[in-house]
Amino acid sequence: MTYIAKPRLHHPTLHTNKVGYTRRDYEGRISTLCAGCGHDSISAAIIQACWELDIEPHRVAKLSGIGCSSKTPDYFLGASHGFNTVHGRMPSVLTGANLANRDLLYLGVSGDGDSASIGLGQFANAMRRGVRMAYIVENNGVYGLTKGQFSATADRGSKSKKGVINSDSPVDLVGIALQLGATYVARSFSGDKAQLIPLIKGAIAHGGAAFIDVISPCVTFNNHGGSTKSYDYVRQHNEAVSRIDFMVPGEEITTSYAPGEVVDVAQHDGSILRLRKLHADYDPTDRTVAMNYMQQHSARGEVVTGLLYMDPLATDLHTALNTSEHPLNAFNAPELCPGGKALEKINAALR
Amino acid sequence: MKRIEAVNDFVIKFANVNGSGSASANELFAKAVMRMGVPVSPRNIFPSNIQGMPTWYEARVCEKGYHGRRGGVDMMVAMNPQTWDTDIAEIESGGYLFYDSTRPLPPSKFRDDVLTLGVPLTDIANAAYTDPRQRQLFKNIIYVGALSVLLGVDAEVFEKLFAEQYKGKERLLESNIKALHMGRDYVKTHMAYPLGIRVQRADNVGDQIFTDGNSAAALGLVYGGATVAAWYPITPSTSVPEAFQKYCEKFRVDPATGQHRYAIVQAEDELASIGMVVGAGWNGARAFTATSGPGVSLMTEFIGLAYFAEIPVTIVNVQRGGPSTGMPTRTQQADILSCAYASHGDTKHVLLLPQDPHECFTHSAAALDLADRLQTPIFVMTDLDIGMNQRLCKPFVWEEGKGYDRGKVMTAEELEAGKDFGRYKDVDGDGIPWRTLPGTHPTKGAFFTRGTTRNPYAMYSERGPDYIYNMERLLRKFKTAANLVPQPIVRKAKQPTRFGVIYYGSTSPAMREALDVLETQDLHLDAMRLCAFPFPDSVQEFIVSHDTVFVVEQNRDGQMHSLIVNELDFDPAKLPRVLHYDGTPITARFIASAIAKRMEAQAKKQKETV
Repeated sequence: MTYIAKPRLHHPTLHTNKVGYTRRDYEGRISTLCAGCGHDSISAAIIQACWELDIEPHRVAKLSGIGCSSKTPDYFLGASHGFNTVHGRMPSVLTGANLANRDLLYLGVSGDGDSASIGLGQFANAMRRGVRMAYIVENNGVYGLTKGQFSATADRGSKSKKGVINSDSPVDLVGIALQLGATYVARSFSGDKAQLIPLIKGAIAHGGAAFIDVISPCVTFNNHGGSTKSYDYVRQHNEAVSRIDFMVPGEEITTSYAPGEVVDVAQHDGSILRLRKLHADYDPTDRTVAMNYMQQHSARGEVVTGLLYMDPLATDLHTALNTSEHPLNAFNAPELCPGGKALEKINAALR
Repeated sequence: MKRIEAVNDFVIKFANVNGSGSASANELFAKAVMRMGVPVSPRNIFPSNIQGMPTWYEARVCEKGYHGRRGGVDMMVAMNPQTWDTDIAEIESGGYLFYDSTRPLPPSKFRDDVLTLGVPLTDIANAAYTDPRQRQLFKNIIYVGALSVLLGVDAEVFEKLFAEQYKGKERLLESNIKALHMGRDYVKTHMAYPLGIRVQRADNVGDQIFTDGNSAAALGLVYGGATVAAWYPITPSTSVPEAFQKYCEKFRVDPATGQHRYAIVQAEDELASIGMVVGAGWNGARAFTATSGPGVSLMTEFIGLAYFAEIPVTIVNVQRGGPSTGMPTRTQQADILSCAYASHGDTKHVLLLPQDPHECFTHSAAALDLADRLQTPIFVMTDLDIGMNQRLCKPFVWEEGKGYDRGKVMTAEELEAGKDFGRYKDVDGDGIPWRTLPGTHPTKGAFFTRGTTRNPYAMYSERGPDYIYNMERLLRKFKTAANLVPQPIVRKAKQPTRFGVIYYGSTSPAMREALDVLETQDLHLDAMRLCAFPFPDSVQEFIVSHDTVFVVEQNRDGQMHSLIVNELDFDPAKLPRVLHYDGTPITARFIASAIAKRMEAQAKKQKETV
């Protein structure tokens, strides 16, 4: 945490992306989180991903719930509208916002308390409906703002800072998202930027409900021995299924790989996710395989990361509802009101 | 025994089993009477159940056009053996009992002071049909036919109604007419007709329409431009979103692409419904949810957020009997306080109080304009009595070419021109700040919406002065609202009086009738019908200009009374409460008797002191 205001001045040689913005244009206010907090790394990854994707910042709406993670949308994309909603209810607000204007990109930021406890129902139902969004849970297994209580994702047997052993089974958000029909499911680690940035880019470009569970250690309350969400623990048990490169449509591919080493998956918008397989037999387009794989590895205490599942041609809630291509919030009386003559007919039928 | 004799002024009640198809037959009867030019106001009294439980349809035939529930039953159509005893007991002395005489009943089951009219309905239906479902459905039409002769309703009226209903379905049309005449012929051959109570052609329906408040509210929301609806099923509001869907399918499908200019989501619960509405409202779409009291309880956290973060939200609350699960299929006006002050902290919300389906339409459309203008939740407070019953009312009107009031939304051009944007800043003196919609401008006008305190430029702030500025501005905005909402309507007594009465919503038809009754007893009151909260100054003035102002409503604790006392600082003793809350709609008889008693007592007391 710092009290030093960010200088507004940009160095004139800073690179601009295709839409004319420097990376700094994607930043937000100074973070008020603890120094070393995993969440700040995720904010940085979001900034990098949006800049590299050439997204105009104001075309993103960022929504969150309540908690440390939910404060972070203030710390990135300062030119985007943000909405810090109520605890555990970000998914419904995001759903409504998305219905109102399908032209924006929706970024949902939440935490493990926000999405796995109070908001488990809304999390589940947003995944079921296939709301087009990039939903990021900054998962640290602990309630930070209220000083260190276990959250619902804390592993059974893990130890709190005060020495209490957690006796409850953890909620596995990845498992739930897979089961309920999310069409892009990934897990990453805030300490692995190289993996996280392309995963976020893939999620933003995805055509349906994209979910990323990011293990993000809480340096203040959950980074000790006995915790399964500490930097050391995650580094020791991280089991990545793939390395990903994200390529925008038409981008020249320069690196070459040995046959069988990579899989290219094209999304609906033409963007390509190039997976460098670390486990030869892992097929990220097979939901059942992903679920089994996750279960087996989690039983061994491993934290599987990477792109776990994706349906490259996923559709979303708008497709299901057959909503107009034109955003609903841009319609006015001429397009929406049936008018006086139609009302006369209705009246006549009610006599 | 003196029989009840009344032309165009009686109450007929149908006792049925729910799920037996009786509802449409009973509605047919009511419509036929209206086609005779005689107003009818029917009420469904139904259980929280789908099949096999008792259900009633009480229709008041009244040439004068009083639509309130009258109380008492002149004729009972007793089709449900389960409720026979209580149904028979309910008939006024000198009244009529119509029943299915297929199976003989012992004399002890009847009353000497009631004229018994038995028609072997099951026999007639069984002889004509073999299919059990047909037997059941046409039995209903047969009794409607029999009643039509007994009560003097012309056969042509039914034939025309059938022709309209079964246009293009000739077989159904024919079989319904046949069943109707089976009933008519039986009565003509076996009974004396018409009865002492009967219908005579009149011309008192005019161009009025006959519809229910929930459909009307849904239509108002379509006309008012709602594009996002999120809801969770709950009696008695479910038919609002269902009707919205039906009207949208008719009016909101792009003819060229087949795509929908609406999005309806049945959410996982009320919390998610209101959350979606808040999200859509934040993002500039007109959005609503419909619910009832228990749903509002679940929504209160979000309602507080929408109040404080200033987000347009429309909530149709079709009230039912509370508290808790209460009486899901009975009516009350018992959510006034829980809606007016919903959520923690200092909050106040706008309530619109429609009196009938016509106003459910206008108020629902107006709610969407008000929500955008005031950037706050707007409640349309109907109830089961108006919402789920069909009522004769003025036809719907819509001014051709009328646009929507989208409120203070700053455009990209205004931002580009350098107009100062303070999301929570009162620049116009009306307490209403300007807002921007997400995605408006690449570099200007973005802000962070939150439920925490903030300064006028939407920056997080826990400074006392910032907090006070914001809270005072919200109060100022509420004052502005008082002049934008539908204004109260005053009916002056025929002569000057120190007595007044305040009422609202579904109490209105019974109140109007009660005022007429009281007038015939030389008891005069000025009456004010509240159409909304917050109260404009006229409410204060009305109360000040009378010594005693009765507040008539349908809840136990006098919630509107409390709201008036709290907001306008009146001595509660000046505002005697007239409360009806057993779950049935309030009646003119109840109101007139309660008010007469107190007015007479007060007059007596005054005399004594003189």
